[in-house]
Amino acid sequence: MTRRARPEGALDIDGVLDSARILVCCGAGGVGKTTTAAALAVRAAERGHRVAVLTIDPARRLAQSMGLDELDNTPRHVAGIDQSAGGSLQAMMLDMKRTFDEIVLAHSEPGRAAQILSNPFYQSLSSSFSGTQEYMAMEKLGQLRAGGNYDLIVVDTPPTRSALDFLDAPQRLGRFLDGRMIRVLVAPAKAGGRAYLKVLSTGVGMVTSVLTRIVGAQLLKDLSMFVAALETMFGGFRERADATYRLLTTSGTAFVVVAAPERDALREAAYFVERLAQESMPLAGLVLNRMHLPRVPSLSLERSKAAAEALDERGEFPVAAAVLRLHAEGTALAAREQRLARRFTSAHPSVPVGQVPAQPRDVHDLAGLREVGAALAAGRPAGRAAAG
Amino acid sequence: MSDFPGVRLHVVSGKGGTGKTTVAAGLALALASGGRRVLLAEVEGRQGIAQLFDCGPLGHEERRVAVAPDGGDLYALAVDPEQALLEYLEMFYRLGRAGRVLKRMGAIDFATTIAPGVSDVLVTGKFKEAVGRRSGGRARYDAVVVDAPPTGRIVRFLNVNAEVAGLARVGPIHSQAESVMSLIRSPRTAVHLVTLLEEMPVQETVDGVAELRRVNLPVGAVIVNMTRDPLLPADALLAAREGRLDSSLLERGLKSAGLEATPTVVDGLSAEASEHAERMALEEVERDALSAVDRPTYELPLLDGGVDLGGLYRLAEALREQGVR
Repeated sequence: MTRRARPEGALDIDGVLDSARILVCCGAGGVGKTTTAAALAVRAAERGHRVAVLTIDPARRLAQSMGLDELDNTPRHVAGIDQSAGGSLQAMMLDMKRTFDEIVLAHSEPGRAAQILSNPFYQSLSSSFSGTQEYMAMEKLGQLRAGGNYDLIVVDTPPTRSALDFLDAPQRLGRFLDGRMIRVLVAPAKAGGRAYLKVLSTGVGMVTSVLTRIVGAQLLKDLSMFVAALETMFGGFRERADATYRLLTTSGTAFVVVAAPERDALREAAYFVERLAQESMPLAGLVLNRMHLPRVPSLSLERSKAAAEALDERGEFPVAAAVLRLHAEGTALAAREQRLARRFTSAHPSVPVGQVPAQPRDVHDLAGLREVGAALAAGRPAGRAAAG
Repeated sequence: MSDFPGVRLHVVSGKGGTGKTTVAAGLALALASGGRRVLLAEVEGRQGIAQLFDCGPLGHEERRVAVAPDGGDLYALAVDPEQALLEYLEMFYRLGRAGRVLKRMGAIDFATTIAPGVSDVLVTGKFKEAVGRRSGGRARYDAVVVDAPPTGRIVRFLNVNAEVAGLARVGPIHSQAESVMSLIRSPRTAVHLVTLLEEMPVQETVDGVAELRRVNLPVGAVIVNMTRDPLLPADALLAAREGRLDSSLLERGLKSAGLEATPTVVDGLSAEASEHAERMALEEVERDALSAVDRPTYELPLLDGGVDLGGLYRLAEALREQGVR
């Protein structure tokens, strides 16, 4: 495939799509992350790769943009992809509870599994509490990767900082498993009644009695049963979390941070970039979505403003004056966005940046996704579009 | 808000990118004006409020960050689940020392980071405490404004105590969860949704309102952020939308102003006008879609040049003009 020469510092997205096995998109909410993930998946598929895209965003936006009515826990074939290069695209939305259920069923004996699945704690944990999502997404990613059916898996993450919580999961779980907390929690279930206090050290006993006071005996018992039931699974959890963590640090993985050219979104992007660097996660680059590019870069902000004022003073050509003011406003916006982009680049000079121009309408079909991918691949240098 | 008399807890949510932190800050300033005391709370540890008010990073301690128009004090904090838990233990159980033991045992870490949902319980519990706090014979705060999680997460966030109350059927946690829920479900709370006049944020707002209503959480206002007036006269706007803006007239206008009027320039400017007209037409469609949710709606202007302290006062002023008190 031919490739256009790209300016220095621009993101080589086709190179990333052709070499990565896993592509993780992260970034703040409302920056077009889901759309970017879908656009990259479509582009990779049409370049000849067998691609799966996994979204965990509860809004069904990806489904809409891919022309699917519903996504579920099984990857579904996306129709309308150009398969002439030998590629294909499947899409799925994470069903958090079902993923969790599958893990329980796969890693515990039937009796124990039934006990866990009917525990009230488990039911709340697996379906309604935030935080479970991130763990389950990584679990699903591991499963898809292990299945070996795809050249590339594109993952869309939740729009919060906790999207990267899965990076901490192995250490956190380890700390918990090796800590005394778990012994405190499983003790009541193992010993039954109040007698268990005697078998524990004074420190543990004190904590348990404090917990009983705060949490209440009944709740502590339910919780304890739950933790005891899960205890056998925890080892497996940790192993898989470790394996996923290793998978994410390998050269086959690429992270793409998505942002809009706004102060808050770029601040979040900087947070993700720095966090990924700390964890030695392979960062492919930053995608700047919705960049405003003036159509007439030769006409500067100052000249269009001055011309509009001159026309106003003379009371002539009110429409031309209004069009010039509109252009001046658009040019000012574009310049502000480019300034923000440059500020990011000077703080993170080694991060390649790709830009996607703003579309007048939201993207919700394959044609729109193709356009986004093509714009990103065309490689626009940060800073060039800022008309002086 | 005049549309929300008696509301003490204002929860501001909205799709990511709609500027909900900015709107929450503007709302808090508007509510504080005229000599009142308002607390603005951030819950996701992003330090967005500190950036807006250009002050140092906020912690769990409440700090005065601004003086409201016509006098009035705006306080702010970033709720920290761990601090909230220790505070709660101290307040209800006088457990200063045991709190430290729990911390050493990893119980605090377990509660705030490993056990999903617990941190939401602690954070929402803090709102309840702030709303109920009294000093000098009156409520410490006239209102508490929360920069809450985005629409996709708001119901789970606010409803977490109902889950907990179901899990702990009796005992102290049950009572605490019930009392937080009784505030959040009451007319003393309003959940406002911030949106832009764009397709996806509006759709998410409409869905969000339906979801909040389904679980009986009190829906407040819809706040439309970053609105702008059309820059073209009405007839030119219509012409531009239909792609029939008079280009020879535009060309003569440009020449008259001493500008080069090559076909590239004329066509480029016409295209910019058409895009603007198309956007304005789309915004009207979205306005109609929003009116279907049948809630009080406030509109805030786009702050050109970005958001700064002056901009926040402008937003507060705009909210007051539309009846926020």
